[in-house]
Amino acid sequence: MKEYAYFPGCSLEKMALPYNLSTLESTRKLGVELKELEDWNCCGATAYFHVDELLANTLVARNLAMAEKMGLDLVAPCSGCFKNMYFTNLHLKKDPELAEHINFALEEDNLHFSGNIGIRHLIELFVYDIGFEEIRSKIFHPLNGLRVAPYYGCQILRPRKDHEDVEQPRFFEDLLSAIGADPIDFPLKLRCCGGSLIITSRPAALSMARNLIQNAIDGEAVVIATACPLCQVNLECYQQQINQEFGTNFSMPVVYFTQLVGLALGIPPKRLGIGAELVSAMPVLSQFQDSKQEKSQ
Amino acid sequence: MSEKVGVYICHCGTNIAKTVDVVEVARWAGVQANVEVACEYKFMCSSLGQTLIEEDIKEKGLTRVVVASCSPHMHEKTFRTACERGGLNPFMFEMANIREHDSWITDDGEAATQKAKALVKAAVDRVVHHQPLELLPVEINPNTLVVGGGIAGISAALELANAGYHVYLVEREPTIGGHMAQLDKTFPTLDCSACILTPRMVEVGQHQNITLLTWSEVEAVDGYLGNFTVTVRKKARYVDERYCTGCGICIEKCPRKVIDEVFEAGLSYRKAIYRPFPQAVPKYPVLDPPNCTYFERGKCKACQIFCPTTPNSIDFEQQDEILKLQVGNIILATGYTLFDCSRIPQYGYGRLANVFTSLEFERMVNAAGPTGGKIVLRDMKTPPMSVGIVHCVGSRDENFHKYCSKVCCMYSLKFAHLIHERLPDAEVFNFYIDMRTPGKGYEEFYHRLLDEETHFIRGKVADVTDAARLPGEEGKLIIQVEDTLIGKQRRIPVDMVVLSPAMEARHDSREITQLFRMGCDFDGFFIERHPKLDPVATMTEGIYVAGACQGPKDIPDSVAHGAAASARVAGLIARGIVMMEPVRASINKELCSGCRICNNLCPYNAIVFHEDQKVSEVITALCQGCGTCVAACPSAAITGAHFTNDQIFSEIEGILWDVQSDHWEREAELVTAK
Repeated sequence: MKEYAYFPGCSLEKMALPYNLSTLESTRKLGVELKELEDWNCCGATAYFHVDELLANTLVARNLAMAEKMGLDLVAPCSGCFKNMYFTNLHLKKDPELAEHINFALEEDNLHFSGNIGIRHLIELFVYDIGFEEIRSKIFHPLNGLRVAPYYGCQILRPRKDHEDVEQPRFFEDLLSAIGADPIDFPLKLRCCGGSLIITSRPAALSMARNLIQNAIDGEAVVIATACPLCQVNLECYQQQINQEFGTNFSMPVVYFTQLVGLALGIPPKRLGIGAELVSAMPVLSQFQDSKQEKSQ
Repeated sequence: MSEKVGVYICHCGTNIAKTVDVVEVARWAGVQANVEVACEYKFMCSSLGQTLIEEDIKEKGLTRVVVASCSPHMHEKTFRTACERGGLNPFMFEMANIREHDSWITDDGEAATQKAKALVKAAVDRVVHHQPLELLPVEINPNTLVVGGGIAGISAALELANAGYHVYLVEREPTIGGHMAQLDKTFPTLDCSACILTPRMVEVGQHQNITLLTWSEVEAVDGYLGNFTVTVRKKARYVDERYCTGCGICIEKCPRKVIDEVFEAGLSYRKAIYRPFPQAVPKYPVLDPPNCTYFERGKCKACQIFCPTTPNSIDFEQQDEILKLQVGNIILATGYTLFDCSRIPQYGYGRLANVFTSLEFERMVNAAGPTGGKIVLRDMKTPPMSVGIVHCVGSRDENFHKYCSKVCCMYSLKFAHLIHERLPDAEVFNFYIDMRTPGKGYEEFYHRLLDEETHFIRGKVADVTDAARLPGEEGKLIIQVEDTLIGKQRRIPVDMVVLSPAMEARHDSREITQLFRMGCDFDGFFIERHPKLDPVATMTEGIYVAGACQGPKDIPDSVAHGAAASARVAGLIARGIVMMEPVRASINKELCSGCRICNNLCPYNAIVFHEDQKVSEVITALCQGCGTCVAACPSAAITGAHFTNDQIFSEIEGILWDVQSDHWEREAELVTAK
């Protein structure tokens, strides 16, 4: 069984609980164990790096050092957490002086950063580490005919230079195809969801979310799959407001990709947190649950 | 020691004197062992500077000369000649490079002066060991090989052939003509490209001084300036050129259609036996075995059945032929390829149907092309009502090529003009970073386009998408661009996008440089001997470059470059003999143990073994002075003229004079002695 250090991040504690549930369920089914970091702390989120870079780096380095102590690669399901950890790791490896400075602080906690582990986004774990072959072999209920908009969001790939294709990636589509679903051609798949702009500039954020949902509808998607809790919130929770603002009539369910993978693996929807969303995904997903299995469990 | 060395330190205006304390170097050199006279002068290469050397040789009886100035590539010849005029053997001269290797690479005057001293000391210590040598005459074979039958290669071949010299023109494709044959009009005069090219092609095909080898590739090159042996693989055409009349019936009857990825840029079909275009030279078709029904299933032979010639021209048994050519000079005109636009996925090429490359568009507007000159969308029938032309796709881009491809602005303007001409109601947008139109009549052409009301938007295109957001965008391609003249983001919906990709070096240009033993730069373009004063020769004697293989060029530049290369070759052929550096190896028979290690190492097969005496001998005419055998000889029996052990070791000791522990004492001794 493959093991990874797991950094759920604050969103998955409460708001994105279904993401956490479906992540743990589906990885277990695929033979991967996610060991949650003990005593993890905030990833620095959007704001902290702009307030105090040194402290923000230290904050992230503490999480990284704990994973290093476990000797496992670190996995983050949230794109924001992933971005912060990926860049801090890169940054500290390139700047040994800064790393030394931070290590001085980490010593208090009996920790040390040396940059010897990999940082993975959860979707990379599915795509590259587990692999499509493995996933295909464990499919219980292929999601045949389900038209899904693969929404990458901006932070999985950008700003990253070492990834081969940051402009038109295909791995999300390939993952969806592997579970039998039908990924639509989604031109805006890498565009920002609005991020935390909803707090500072509501009209701008709503317009961004609207464009994304409209684009998914134009591609005849019935559901949007995301890989980030913030994307999910922005696209789903504000649909009501978008409808009021722009006179649209959106009712597009937005789910986590792990929920779709879990469903295809035959995990009952309830255990994947399906049903907790504001725009119910059940009408489009219920056809894929196994009624017998549901009862027996 | 009885040698009298004259040392001359050049200021090179301020090029050297600005950094190096030339007065101090001259003073210091004056007190070194063997130095008779040392002085500095503003321009040693001037005739006054040269006279200085000549007079000192005569008056002061100098036996050796050192000039510390620029690279030997620049002026070694000048000063050797000066020595000769003064009555010295020209090889009793040594040059210290204190410009390219010293003053130009640092601003630290003290360090530069110290290095200049070391370089001068090395040259002085070396030159006292020099031996008088005589230049070696080498005969030039009057035949020339031209590699590449694009417009640059064609002009090079024709110039030489018209001067009365024989040329072998080797071309990889089935026909000559290159990229120019694919174009419709040429900027800025809008001549029909084929109309001006095909007469030249025909001339090549019929010229008695040109041996045309198409569908052929150079496999090996041996020898040196004046005497190259080139191995050429003439790929099987499956058509016998002796009997074929070029009637084309085989092409007509061939049942197999294949997408023509090369000549028609994938927009149209050809047959499995084909001629890229009707005016191809030579006229003989080529059969493409991987797509041929006969080669696939062993049945068909339609081409052979319908071939009207006797004997039949179609020969399914034909094999590749290996030819050995003897030539004196080689001109490389291997051309360029276009950047693969799908490497910039945000521009949508290969993903969005109505995004075209410039070459596809070029074929489309060509009257002989797949649409008969009609500008249409990918459905091959709807004319676009608006077209966006994107400049600098892969050029001037940190992620791909930093250089400017030079021709794209002009052909993008040409495209805009052709669209206005053929679709008067269509709107045309040009998206440019900077408009670069240097050249005769080019700027005027740009102004003509401004009058024709083409929209020019200054900004690099960020994205081409089919995701409509605003009214009026549905079903269109939307070009997202920052208009840097008004400082605003704009979204421009168009029906068709044409990308102007960068001109790239051929993808096998590195292998070519190895084959011909010359160099290419970081981008893969061949390196000329001097970027300004010698743009046609390379660092390898006898190898020349012409056209876009040396860097992006338009048609007039390529023609001029090709002609310039052949002028250089013609000059050599006319002289018949070239004087070569006498840097050759020789074997001391007394010391040779006959181990034969050197025999196999020699890359020029210039060493023979005498069985009777059990010693090896270097054939001077074949030796290129590479020094491999000199280094390998276990008995130290081989000497490289002008690179003897004495000379090299003295040079090394000289350059390290200031790291020897006792150099300050020796210095003091020298000063007192003088």
